[in-house]
Amino acid sequence: MSTVAPPASSGRGRRSSPMSWRWGDRLALAAAWIAGISLCVIAAAIVLYMGYRGIQYLRPGLLFSRPQTSADQAGSGGFLDPLLGTILLTIIGIALALPLALASAVWVAEYGRPSWLARVVESSIEVVAGTPDIVIAIFGFAVFQLSLLAPFSFTAEGGGVFGRSFIAAGTMMSLLALPSIYAATRDGLQAVPGHQREAAFALGKTRITTIRRVLIPSVRSNIATGVTLGISRIIGSTAIVLILLGSTLRIETEGAIPGINLLRGTGSSLTTYVYENSPAGEGNAPQKAYAAAFVLLIFVLLLNLLVDRIGRAQERSTGLTVAGGVV
Amino acid sequence: MIERLRKPWPDHRAERTLGAVSLLIGVGVVAMIVFVVIRAWPIFQHNGLSWVLGGGDFETEVNKMTAATTNPPAAVFQLRAWPLIYGTVLSSGIAVVLGLAIAVLSSVFIVELAPARVSRVVIPMVRLLASVPSVIYGLIGILVLVPFVGNHIITTHEKASVQNVVQLTGAGLGVTIVILTIMITPIMIALICEALSSVPPSWSEGAIALGLNPLRAVRAVTLKAIRPAIVAAAVLATARALGEAVMIQMVSGGKTFSPKPVDGLVFFFEPLRTLASAIVDYREGVGSPALGPAVYSWALLLLFSALALSVTGYLVKLPLRKYQTRG
Repeated sequence: MSTVAPPASSGRGRRSSPMSWRWGDRLALAAAWIAGISLCVIAAAIVLYMGYRGIQYLRPGLLFSRPQTSADQAGSGGFLDPLLGTILLTIIGIALALPLALASAVWVAEYGRPSWLARVVESSIEVVAGTPDIVIAIFGFAVFQLSLLAPFSFTAEGGGVFGRSFIAAGTMMSLLALPSIYAATRDGLQAVPGHQREAAFALGKTRITTIRRVLIPSVRSNIATGVTLGISRIIGSTAIVLILLGSTLRIETEGAIPGINLLRGTGSSLTTYVYENSPAGEGNAPQKAYAAAFVLLIFVLLLNLLVDRIGRAQERSTGLTVAGGVV
Repeated sequence: MIERLRKPWPDHRAERTLGAVSLLIGVGVVAMIVFVVIRAWPIFQHNGLSWVLGGGDFETEVNKMTAATTNPPAAVFQLRAWPLIYGTVLSSGIAVVLGLAIAVLSSVFIVELAPARVSRVVIPMVRLLASVPSVIYGLIGILVLVPFVGNHIITTHEKASVQNVVQLTGAGLGVTIVILTIMITPIMIALICEALSSVPPSWSEGAIALGLNPLRAVRAVTLKAIRPAIVAAAVLATARALGEAVMIQMVSGGKTFSPKPVDGLVFFFEPLRTLASAIVDYREGVGSPALGPAVYSWALLLLFSALALSVTGYLVKLPLRKYQTRG
């Protein structure tokens, strides 16, 4: 039994030592290492610094007490309301974005006729993805100021519509989450091998039944990735909340019907709480801002981990792009 | 009712319903453009295209608008937006150029140079940088970087040299560019890494076999093959940078001032205002009769730039798509 010499271990064969390279190449090599490592250092520094400040200023009481108007940081309360605001906005945003994104991804990937119409849908979602959130916010304000949509916020005494409410902000938040859910679902559907569909058709299933019983269950993890990415965009968005949720730190209800009055009311989110308490806002309470930013960062880190968890099941090339786009 | 929905749908009805829901997104995009154009119209009616030119005193014009009541006279609508456009182009331009260099270097590092153990650490770090919310970047900027630059980097001599024109606090172009670069680099890295790892390794192996060292092989073969992806990454990053509102508003100094390159190093310490950050600054005036159209006109320019950039992104990716189907 003759042994065959094993092939060279790396695909590159024998590497030439960088010490024998020209100066320019050695500089470029050093620059590449420095660039890669320094990005790591910056990321680590941000997390460590926010962690340090968070441990310094975050008290459990802050999470369960409402913001108070007060001149000094000791009396200005916690951020229960912003926390609830973030959760409420996320729920509204995802609840609106998920059906819309699923329907369009399924339609584009599975039906897509006429093809020009499918291209229109595809490129409008790309436009939504490329539009800055500040522009989406301003657009939302123009829409919800229409007197037709007055029930979604409230009408001021002069007859003008206020145009700011949880519904208004949540609706625009759904536009942030839409592209990632859409792209993740569409990519998943396109990756499902054709024979799975053919097998279902051969059993006498219609297209829509195939989609509901075979395709959607098999792309569940893609949808989950898309939703997680969407959530992390929603909880990180400041501009939409600043413009569309009024500038009350506390949740103020509007009207008498419980539940509905909350949706019509105004409030804040963790991001605007951080903004308003930073020197850029009115509060100027950096300790509160650091504490809330720490909580926000923990949420983002957890969502990141979740994407990783879900994505580990799927094969990925570099790990930098996941189904559903960058980040 | 629910019973009827639970029953399997006829295929053609499902197709129509899904298609109609998808088209809603297209309708939404058209509505967005129409709404913003209508709201911004008074400004373009009174200024024409000279709106983009300089020459006016921005803050006086805006103050006049803020003071205006219902049915303002035509003179109130006079506005020259050049300072904002200059600020936007300046900050995004420099950040994209810097970020692109860092992104190319670190992508080569991640995909080609780093040992697997190192890149397993670098990749999550880069993803983390991409998912930190902009308000946290803004908070670190305004509470850490701005005071540091203001107290330690700007000399009293430099402060005195421009004290009659503008006050240097540390907030300004330099800090804006640094944070903006950190924010947009991960997006570019994700796209460039994706493209780099899709190039067949045999291509650069061929070059190495011809006697090039690995770094030169990457530069001569791999990077050349993914040029369209690099351009597409730069385009996407530009779109992100243009639309960044809250972070820039926090660290740019909040003054309408055009940094002047002739000032030497002081250039980087001078405050600026961009289109997006101006919208945040004047968010309370969105509903007012004169300032409202001005805010919408800034949003309109941002919206059109985003549209133009996504068309550009599509066009530059065309050759890449062709190459991928061939290979």
